[in-house]
Amino acid sequence: MPPAAIEARDLEKTFKGGVRALTGVSFAVEPGTVFGMLGPNGAGKTTAVRILTTILRPDGGSAEVLGHDVVKEPGVVRALIGLAGQYAAVDENLTGRENLRMIGQLTQLRRVDASRRADELLAQFELTEAAGRSVKTYSGGMRRRLDLAAALVDRPPVLFLDEPTTGLDPYGRVAMWATIEALVGDGTTVLLTTQYLEEADRLADQLVVIDHGKVIAEGTSSELKAQLGKSVLDLEMGSDEIAEKAMVVLGNQLGRPATRQASVVEIPLDEGPRDVIEALRLLDDAGLAPTGLTVREPSLDDVFLALTGHGTTEP
Amino acid sequence: MRTAAIPVAERRSRITPLRAVKDTLVIAERNLISYTRIPEALFFSSVQPIMFVLLFRYVFGGAIRVADPGGYVNYLIPGIFVQTVAFGAVQTSIGLAEDLQKGLIERFRSLPMARSGVLAGRTVADLCRNVLVACLITGVGYAVGFRVETSVWGYLAAVLLILMFAYSLSWGFAVIGLSAANSETAQVMSFPLLFPLTFASSAFVPVQYMPGWLQGFAKYQPVSEVIDAARGLMVGGVADVAGHVEVSLVWSVGLLIVLAPLAVHKYRTRT
Ligand SMILES: Nc1ncnc2c1ncn2[C@@H]1O[C@H](COP(=O)(O)OP(=O)(O)O)[C@@H](O)[C@H]1O
Ligand SMILES: [Mg+2]
Repeated sequence: MPPAAIEARDLEKTFKGGVRALTGVSFAVEPGTVFGMLGPNGAGKTTAVRILTTILRPDGGSAEVLGHDVVKEPGVVRALIGLAGQYAAVDENLTGRENLRMIGQLTQLRRVDASRRADELLAQFELTEAAGRSVKTYSGGMRRRLDLAAALVDRPPVLFLDEPTTGLDPYGRVAMWATIEALVGDGTTVLLTTQYLEEADRLADQLVVIDHGKVIAEGTSSELKAQLGKSVLDLEMGSDEIAEKAMVVLGNQLGRPATRQASVVEIPLDEGPRDVIEALRLLDDAGLAPTGLTVREPSLDDVFLALTGHGTTEP
Repeated sequence: MRTAAIPVAERRSRITPLRAVKDTLVIAERNLISYTRIPEALFFSSVQPIMFVLLFRYVFGGAIRVADPGGYVNYLIPGIFVQTVAFGAVQTSIGLAEDLQKGLIERFRSLPMARSGVLAGRTVADLCRNVLVACLITGVGYAVGFRVETSVWGYLAAVLLILMFAYSLSWGFAVIGLSAANSETAQVMSFPLLFPLTFASSAFVPVQYMPGWLQGFAKYQPVSEVIDAARGLMVGGVADVAGHVEVSLVWSVGLLIVLAPLAVHKYRTRT
């Protein structure tokens, strides 16, 4: 097995004031993969990223990036990583191009090379038109793209993305996903944090779920999904009485419990789409027609409920 | 995986003094560009000193008697110089607090750059701005009747002394900026320090007109020392100019030696 691109061992961090942000977090990220860190607000994701990017010293445990200890060799680690933090960290008063050129020069590109690299990235992130405008005038999505571009100036082999799509509109989110997927294609190792199960599912090869500073589950996204909860079919039956009848029919014949919330019947989809067909057929046979139908993914709340018995409450 | 990146990274992680200087210049350039695009910053460094000159020259000045050669305007302008650069240093604390708030400092800390670069760049940008401020005040001063009574060398020495002191002050305000939760707090933390230093000084009114309890502070605090030295060098009429120059230099160097490492430490360890 190749050495891990990122390895965290028993990371601990307690902030002044006694907040225990991390209480022994361990994981390893294989080179060239996307690693997802899934957890609610306040779980400790940013703290872990800050330790791995040498910004914060851990109180306990150790971590390495491409074999270099983040505490003992922070300089080497910094030369190997790119970071796009939770908030777009760009200078509002500079233009997009000036921002990227500055980062380029700080990563030791000569001025001309830094300018060339800036233009390359501006084109890649569809910011060429806005390149000469001050960032103040950018939309949220544009700032995020610029921020990600800034993390890529140095072509880092390891990239940290802290909640890269939080605050983006659905279009921006999908676009960001495509961008991240393209990055991985060229061999970059990515660690990303997210509060969205859907995002982790779509992007991450390997996942940890983190809560109150602890890893509470890990595995591939499909392993976790199997463990955590299945898609749910919601059937709107129009009235409570009809829903009650439908629940009885489905409960008896599908061989698994259906539940009812007012006029909506909920069925866990063990077999995926096949279950939907079966359920609709059974209802049709019984002369019951739903007035509405939704298949929904389990939410992060469902996942946390399954794992911890509590929802995604803030600490 | 691009393992080839590792030896390159090892080489690039070495921070030589030359690197530190380059990083400082890149950040200084960034801050200077920023200044030209922040209306408040431009206001603080240009309109405000002009307002103070006019206020003290024409509103209060008539009531203040001084024995200086050339009268009150010659007494006032060296004080305005120092007061303006001291007020300007607040921009350092506000700017750094903003950088912290926006996450820029986090980004800089994750880059393979010199640990001193961000702060040195900021203070060097302040220094450049203060050079322009010095030209501005000289111009405005001449327009309202200020005249250098010593020599051009005396004047230049005074400006140099003021710039050195301002540079040390910038590091002090950097410490404040890095300790504040946001830019508003930085501002609120800066002014209680700044007001006594600039107004309970020999900038606008001779210290002997102040109540006894205040004189002890007003006479010996660093801002007064620098003002007295600058006044002596520019217009004369100050006893023991060399002594004031010496004390000013000791303050400037002393503050720098204490505050610069403290600021860099704050920068590195801020959680
Ligand atoms: N600089 C800090 N000082 C004190 N407490 C902090 C600091 N940063 C984070 N925390 C606390 O540590 C916990 C984990 O925070 P964080 O790592 O930001 O979580 P996440 O990124 O998963 O939302 C939270 O309770 C948060 O309030
Ligand atoms: Mg976070």
